[in-house]
Amino acid sequence: MRHLIDIRDLSEREIADLLDLADDIVANREAYREVCKYKKLATLFFEPSTRTRLSFEAAMYELGGQVLGFSEAASSSASKGESVADTIRVVGCYADIIAMRHPKEGAPMVGAMHSTVPIINAGDGGHNHPTQTLTDLMTIRREKGRLSDFTIGLCGDLKFGRTVHSLIAALSRYENVKFVLISPEELKVPSYIKKDILAEQGLPYVQTTELTDVMPQLDVLYMTRVQRERFFNEEDYLRLKDSYILTPEKLRGAKADLTILHPLPRVNEIDTAIDADPRACYFRQALNGKFVRMALIMTLLGLTKEGQA
Amino acid sequence: MNIDSIQNGIVIDHIRSGGAMQLYQLLGLDSLDCPVAIIKNAPSDKMGRKDIIKIDSAQPLNLDVLGFVDPDATINVIRDCALVEKKHAGLPERIRDVLRCRNPRCITSVEPDLPQVFQLANRETKTYRCIYCEAKAEK
Ligand SMILES: [Zn+2]
Repeated sequence: MRHLIDIRDLSEREIADLLDLADDIVANREAYREVCKYKKLATLFFEPSTRTRLSFEAAMYELGGQVLGFSEAASSSASKGESVADTIRVVGCYADIIAMRHPKEGAPMVGAMHSTVPIINAGDGGHNHPTQTLTDLMTIRREKGRLSDFTIGLCGDLKFGRTVHSLIAALSRYENVKFVLISPEELKVPSYIKKDILAEQGLPYVQTTELTDVMPQLDVLYMTRVQRERFFNEEDYLRLKDSYILTPEKLRGAKADLTILHPLPRVNEIDTAIDADPRACYFRQALNGKFVRMALIMTLLGLTKEGQA
Repeated sequence: MNIDSIQNGIVIDHIRSGGAMQLYQLLGLDSLDCPVAIIKNAPSDKMGRKDIIKIDSAQPLNLDVLGFVDPDATINVIRDCALVEKKHAGLPERIRDVLRCRNPRCITSVEPDLPQVFQLANRETKTYRCIYCEAKAEK
């Protein structure tokens, strides 16, 4: 039984196969319309995340499958004290595959240990969110045509932003990716990421607090949200927040083929004036999220365009 | 029990001074019904002071956690009053149901019946991580 709990569960080959399949789905949507006919996806969202849930549900519907589930813990049996293991055993009787989001770290792994059907981690607290990482990888590959030989700037909250941590881990396996880490002092990448991933593998990285200075070097710019609650005092927040907002002015020195990404939802960290710029890829990124989830559901169910693999 | 000599059993020597009581708990020695002696603050040439635990029982014991908590401690195996083996505790691949994960965001914090399993993540730094949330094991 294959599950996807952590992006590191997938080899480079498996990621390439998933992205190839997702690209083929984009190119031949008709061919996939009934691939999951009579199959059911359960979306078990023990904490609400409308965006991720809708993406999974749209993916399953687009494959001709059906969806059941719940969107918050209050409407699940967890509110009556049922264990994750029991919930998963029961839902496995009704569904062919499960996408699970849970506020506690490691909950999807507990689910996978007890499941008779594939489990996809749709986010566990601040820990893992592998389908977001697949979405990011797919978007970079589609926009750049490759997953190697580029410079990526990661900007904003690099301390608590789990999407950033997984993306660094995932990209560290490809050739010649340079990392530029742009954040306020208070929200720098945790030292274990620098030690265990970047330094361990001898990967080049630069740390800076100034977005504008490094802009001309970047091939990809991954923006994240700087949240008010991460700061000790309002003053620091107000002083810093504007330096990490992307504006047309800050883009002036950027490359003509820069790829701007954001995991969304955005609040104000990308000026809406940039949305019309061809370099703004974050809405295409959200769309890719659906396609890569379609590829993942098919792969975990052992299905191909032609039928059973 | 003569605390100087035991017939069959294990003497855990060179425990860092003050560490014996924690090991007594972690090794589950409170559940044994054989004689167990704890010697605190024994004089030591090497360490100044050390603790010692003597367990007078031929039953095999799971000493996995020792390599993590106190890697300098030595294990002396006694058979028929003779020292047959002297070794350091190794670092097991996994430590099961001895340590608890202290990450308040870990699934084990709300489901305490889950097995508490820590996996060796880095042999050099002797780092163990919770298999669920990857938080570092703390002594
Ligand atoms: Zn844990």
